[in-house]
Formats: sequence, structure tokens, C-alpha cells
Amino acid sequence: MAEALKDGIGASVRRKEDVRFVTGSGRYTDDINVAGQLHAAFLRSPHARARIDAIDPTEALALPDVVAVLTGKDMADDGLGDLPCGWLVKQKDGSDMVSAPHPPLAHRVVNYVGEPYGIVVARTVQAARRAAEAVATDFTEVDAVVDPAAAMSSEDIHDGVVGNLAYDWALGEQQATEDALAAAAHVTRLELINNRLIPNAMEPRAALGVYDKGTGDHVLYTTSQNPHLERLVLSAFVQVAPEHKLRVVAPDVGGGFGSKIFIYAEETAVIWAARRLEQPVKWTAERSESFLADAHGRDHVTQAELGLDADGRFVALKVSTTANLGAYLSTFGSSVPTYLYGTLLAGQYKTPNIFVEVHGVYTNTAPVDAYRGAGRPEATYVVERMVETAARELGRDPAELRRLNMIRPEDFPYDTPVALTYDVGDYEASLDKALELIDYAGFAQRRAAAAERGKRRGIGLACYIEACGLAPSKLAISLGAGVGLYESGEIRVNPTGNVTVFTGSHSHGQGHETTFAQVVAQRFGIGIDDVEVVHGDTGRVEFGLGTYGSRSLAVGGSALSCAADKIIAKGTRIAAHMLEADPEEVEFTGGHFKVRDSNRTLSFAEVAFAAYVPSNYPDDLEPGLSEKAFYDPENFTYPAGTHIAEVEIDEQTGEVELVDFVAVDDFGTVINPMIVLGQVHGGVAQGVGQALLEHGVYDAFGQLQTGSYMDYCMPRADDLPDFRVDTTVTPCTHNPLGVKGCGEAGAIGSPAAVMNAVTDAVGVNDLSMPATAEKVWRALQGA
Amino acid sequence: MELTLTVNGNVHELNVPANTLLVEVLRERLGLTGTHVGCDTSQCGACTVHLDGRAVKACTVLAAQAQGAAVTTIEGIGSAAQLHPMQAAFREHHALQCGFCTPGMIMAAIDLVQHNEQLDRRTVRAGLEGNLCRCTGYHNIVDAVLAAAPELAGEAEHG
Repeated sequence: MAEALKDGIGASVRRKEDVRFVTGSGRYTDDINVAGQLHAAFLRSPHARARIDAIDPTEALALPDVVAVLTGKDMADDGLGDLPCGWLVKQKDGSDMVSAPHPPLAHRVVNYVGEPYGIVVARTVQAARRAAEAVATDFTEVDAVVDPAAAMSSEDIHDGVVGNLAYDWALGEQQATEDALAAAAHVTRLELINNRLIPNAMEPRAALGVYDKGTGDHVLYTTSQNPHLERLVLSAFVQVAPEHKLRVVAPDVGGGFGSKIFIYAEETAVIWAARRLEQPVKWTAERSESFLADAHGRDHVTQAELGLDADGRFVALKVSTTANLGAYLSTFGSSVPTYLYGTLLAGQYKTPNIFVEVHGVYTNTAPVDAYRGAGRPEATYVVERMVETAARELGRDPAELRRLNMIRPEDFPYDTPVALTYDVGDYEASLDKALELIDYAGFAQRRAAAAERGKRRGIGLACYIEACGLAPSKLAISLGAGVGLYESGEIRVNPTGNVTVFTGSHSHGQGHETTFAQVVAQRFGIGIDDVEVVHGDTGRVEFGLGTYGSRSLAVGGSALSCAADKIIAKGTRIAAHMLEADPEEVEFTGGHFKVRDSNRTLSFAEVAFAAYVPSNYPDDLEPGLSEKAFYDPENFTYPAGTHIAEVEIDEQTGEVELVDFVAVDDFGTVINPMIVLGQVHGGVAQGVGQALLEHGVYDAFGQLQTGSYMDYCMPRADDLPDFRVDTTVTPCTHNPLGVKGCGEAGAIGSPAAVMNAVTDAVGVNDLSMPATAEKVWRALQGA
Repeated sequence: MELTLTVNGNVHELNVPANTLLVEVLRERLGLTGTHVGCDTSQCGACTVHLDGRAVKACTVLAAQAQGAAVTTIEGIGSAAQLHPMQAAFREHHALQCGFCTPGMIMAAIDLVQHNEQLDRRTVRAGLEGNLCRCTGYHNIVDAVLAAAPELAGEAEHG
């Protein structure tokens, strides 16, 4: 890595945003209060599936401080539309997926426990909650469909959705794959369950709606990863208010992990109620509401077959997955088990034949959508569990079997059989570094030493790939996306030479205020304290598509890089005029415009000042120094790496301890190593949580059994080891920063690595996540 | 009920319903929004403050229970110009990302290091198991707490 400026690209700059966070001065949605605000509580279905026969608010309205009880019918009568699914998946036969209507507030039927069907507004939070309990609702219960594997043979949940099938989707060559499997020297078969997860960002969702009856302006403060998309959907589809009369502000947001991408019922109802009542309305979720009504993640049941030839080369992979989409298609719910999953099944390998089919099914559970990694952890889990299992069945070293099949540096660009073109990578480099870090050769000794302590030690690898930097707009739209996936960036150089940067990406923990400042500061040769990054407000930032899919730096950062090019180009013309030189002779380095081979220079700040006080200034140039760019990537980026886990299992109790974890990732060029390693730590913790602790469980009646932190096991400090994290670098070939994205990798590679280690220790292949002590103990009894 | 609370050294006379929680008074009456609420079962620790120098979860303490005691919140331990050593260590070691759990984590960590000698990575992890963080994986939090510990060990808090 080139030597970094003190706070430029490559420096582990301490974060600009941290001072406000460590002093308690952050400003999250629930911290915002406005004069005259009312408080909301939601009426939520206690049943997984029921008809709403009658809602009687009489008793609730008679309670003190209660202002209104509004129902799904009121909302429909006001002309509000349904919540749309933003990605139209085409089925195998070419027809459109079947999207069931999703009213923000249910009004005839409810389809999952916790589904909102009304909003109660009162002068205090307590009064609103008390009144919500006093609303008398008559339901007629109907049998719920809960198990995704049985959904297609169960009663239809939605009229017109036959067999509860949203889509029957496929990718790849079926016949060629089946032929190759039939001819394979060895076929590994496994059923794999990707457990349902509940995202649990630490800040619960919240919304504050403010309506100005004088101007007709609506302002919605809410916990969103993408406020412009929120505004677009609420305007164009739900028709809450026209886009120019609706401002969406996502202030400090306390984590998202995907769950705050989506357009939810609650913020829709809050801004609608604020207008209807002509008073501000605020709602903040209780954690139990987050469990019930935030979009969940994962929840796949998969049958997979991997064929190998006599040398151990992969010849075919066939995958059949049932993906639980929940009761309604959430904002991007349809795309996660299809285009973010099936396309990744080549992994890091040259498997020539791949076929995947996915049945996306409705059930009477909370909607399922993107959660950190979104489709790619599920794909990695399939590929890496299969590869590891094949190695065991064939008595091959799992690392060496992977190496034999890896795409090599000279193979790039590499077209996979599942529609992607990987631009660059060096998979063996990260594999080798990870093997060295974990001391792979010394494992047998560590296993023997553990055995002496009554512990079974296991090791597991996962060599993952992900497609990030979402996404080339034309490609995404051709595959069904309802929006482009570019990003906008604007740089305003102020007259005194400091800089205000506007980005459509949103930061909710990623540190954009620092990383993006580093990118811009480096380009202009100024300090990061002279760069202010503005995000999260449709009233200040022109447009944006937000933060998800590890896209912020690769797409949003690239937009800023393009805007910086324009600033420098214009600055060069201004400087050339002032220095009485030809623009061709002027170069910009180290924060100065300089006439080549001379000592005539102007600082960045001097040129900025001249742009706003244009006395000695080109006649054919507009004053001012402010530029914007919309950057549309030409390909996905492909971060990849190797994660290795070692576990020890107590033979008496089945308790699994993760004793070592190594991650070596290739994220391309790294802007701020400290932040990147932190992203890996957090992703790994969530992946380890999936593998060992977390499971969103519904009972047969559709009641959520894991609806609090007492039932849903979140990783705590003493559940996790220190992580050992390193990087390798092959810069992305098609964006100006060479970056690939680092937000999701930790959660993508780690579940497979941990489960490969657990199954290695136990001596079975078919253990499902989470590997709780009970499950492992039972497996040990049978093994 | 009538209540006298001392928060960050300032005395407040309040009239609140008897069932009011300490965290509600801090956030809604005193505007001290640095103390966060992350759950409804006393599991996450985002609301951790100090009551007479010991860490408590302010979502599980009635405001009335704090009558006469010294309450310290994240706003009371340092400022942007002069960070408390634990605040500075969290920033230096990148022990926070979204910042939501951070105030509670810092308040819990201060209590941990002030009342425990010779902490190591394992005991810090055990000591912070009452505070959830979804962003950092805790690795850097452990680094930060151990870095700040020598400066704070055995130090009594002056609320």
C-alpha cells in the first residue's frame, strides 16, 4: 500500500463522528421531539392468520389523553396504496412473480403475529399503549401456514396465490448439470437449513411525522438506511404525499444490517396520521415489536448435490431451495433468494455446470428480506458446506481440494455459469494467508491437546465470494429491479476552501463521515477536518439510493471521486487563467495548482476564493465551485476471502466454544484499515451468532417463540473470542477507487466456517444451525 | 409524586407519576438523550447510568428509587473538549460503530474497571455480558476497556 497521507487514503484515521457518540450527543430519531407531538401505539395481530370481523374503539377513545384510533380501513378510504415489492422476479416460465397485496395497515385479514392493523394516537406514550389494549377487535382465526417446507401443499394464504408460491425461479443449465452429475465419479448430497434470523439493530425503529398545514409540507424523521428510496416509495406507490412535499430525514441511525432498508407500515401510518390529525405523531418501537415486525432474514431449506470427477475437480452443482418470504413480499424480499443467492453459487471455483431452482413461498410469518449479506451468506453456506463435506467423504484435505478447484488470477475476467463476470481476485493468496495465520499444519497437535482435556476440537474453512457494489442499473433493471442502483455525490467547495460533501449513501455505523472525508481530502490535498459529509436528508441531498449490499464506498464513494474530478477540472481552468498559462500546462498535486516546470502555483483555497469572487476569472466560465456526479457501476465488485474457525466441544455437555477465528479478506483498496477491520469483526460476530446462537422460531400456530432477548440468543461479549483479521489486496478494476466493499463479508464467510468446524469436531455432516449445546450433545450421542 | 434528583451534579425538582422510570425522566424530562433504550426486558444495557457510582440499568430503576442519590449519565462524565479516559479509549480503539449501545457500554465499562483490579480479556468480556452491541463484535471494546483501565482502576467516582 502506498504511503498514506496523515489522514488520506490508507490511514486509520480516528472517526470524526465518534466525539458526538461517546459524549451522548448523537441525535437518533427517538431523541427528536417537536412541540405538540402526539404518540402512537399500533394495534397488532395476536393471530398468525385471521379475518378481522370488527374493531370497536369505544372504550379506548373514552380513556384520558386518547386522540384517535385509526384503522386499516381508514387508511384505505384515504386512498393510500399498498407497500410495493421493489424487485419483480421472473419465473422459470417467463411469467411475473405473484405479489400479494400488502396494505400498510391490514383491514380485512391479518397474516402474521404482530402485523399492524391500526394506529392509536394519544398525548402520552403510556396513554397510547393503554388505549391500544382497550381496543376490542373481533377476529375469526384461520389455520396458519408456518413451515416453509410444507407451504406449497398447504391452504392458500392469499387469494390468487396458488400453493403459496410467489415464484418458481431458476438459473443455469439444468440438463447439462444433471448429465454432469450422472457422470460424476462422486456426488456429495446434503440437506442444508439456513436458520431464520431476526436482525436486531440496537436502535429500535422509530418515526416522527410532522405536517405543516400552512404549506402542505410533510417531514418524516425515521430510522432508514435509504431516505430517498423511502420518499420515492411513499410518494409514487403509497401516495402519502407528492415527492416535493415530502422530506425524509434519517438522522443518526443505530445500526441497520438491512432491516432499515425497507419501507414499513409504521412510518407510513405515522406520517399519514400526522397529516390527518394536523399534529406531529411519534412512534418508537419497543424491542418486542422489533422482534415481531422488523423484516427477518435467511430461512431457507435446500437440497444440494455436488459432483466431482476422479481427480476431485467439481463438475456440477445442483441446488434446490425453498425460501420463506413471510406473509408479504417486503421491499427487496424477492431478490434476496434469487439474484443475490443463485448468482453466487459458483463461489471461488471453476465448477462448469451449475443449476439452481428456488421456490419462494408465503407463510404466516413476518416478511423476510435482506439481512447482512442477504442471499450471499446462504449461497456461501451451500457451497462451502458441500465442498467441505465432499473433502471428508473423499478423504481429501479440505484446503487442498478447494485450491485445486479455485479460479486462478490468470482466469480473470471469469464468466461463471450463473450469470456473473468476476473482474479480479487472488483466492489462493487469501487462502494461504489464512492457513498460515491459523497454523493449519499445527491443527493435529491442537486437536490432540484438546482431547486430553476432554474436548473435541474441530477446524473449518469457508472460502467465500460476494457480489457487492450494487449495482449496474441497466443490468439490475433488466433482472427486475424497480429502481436504478447508481449513487449520487455532490461536492461544494466553499469560498474559504473547505468542503461540504453530500452523499446519497447513508451512514448508520459504517463511518462514512470519516471514510468519505478521507477520499475527498486526499483528492484536494486538504485535511479531513476541512471536509463535512452530509447524508440522510432528502431536504439537503439531491438524491440517493442508500446503504446496503456493501455499496456505499464502491458506488457512493466513486460518485464523490467523479465529482472531485470535475472540481479539479474546473479549478484547473480557473488557475490557468489566473496564472496566465494554458490549462494543459497546469497540474494539480498536493493541494496546489501548478504550472508545470515553473514555480507559479495557487492553493486549492485561493482558487476556491477566486471562483466565488471572480475578478480575475475566465469569461467563459460560470462562477462557483460546486459539482455533482451520478455514478453507475459497470459491474458488481467481488470481495472474497477465507475464514477459518476452530472450535472446542465439551463432550459431556455439547457446549461449543469458538476458540479461534481467522479472516483474510480481499476488499480491494482499503481507505481506512481501522474501520474495515471493525466491519469484519461485527460481521463475523453476526455470522457466529447465526452458527451458534441465533434462531427465530415460530411454533406450529405461528406464534413467535423467540420474541425477546430472553429467548433469542444474541452474541454477547463472553460468547466470542478475539478475532484475527487480515487483508489481501487486488484492486477492483472498474471503479475509480479500486474498492470492493467490506460491510457484509464477515457475516458471509463465518457461518459456514464455524459449522464446518463444529461438524468436524462432532464427526457428522448433517448438523443444522444454530449448533446449540443440546443439538450438539444429541449429535454426539448418535455419532 | 414530588421528587428531588441530582443528575450530573445538578439538582432537579420534579413531579412525576410514581411508576415513572429513571430512564424516562432522564430522556423525556431532562433532555438527557444520551441514555438510550434498546429493549424492554433489561437485557441490552443501552440505558446504563451510574447511581451513586455503580452501574444500573435505568430502564429497571424507578425514578423514585433515585431520590437522594447521585445519578451520572454519559453527558456527565466528559465533554467533547475533554473526553473521559473511557470515552477517549473507545474512540481511539474504534470500539463503536453506530453509537447506540456506546453510552451504556461506556458507563458499564467505567464501573467494571473502577471496581475490579487486574482485568484481562476474558474478565472484561464476562464483565460486559450485560451490554449488547450488534456492530463491533466486542473485540475493539475489550481493547478500549483494557487501555483505559490502568488510569481508572480503583478510582471512586465523584458523582
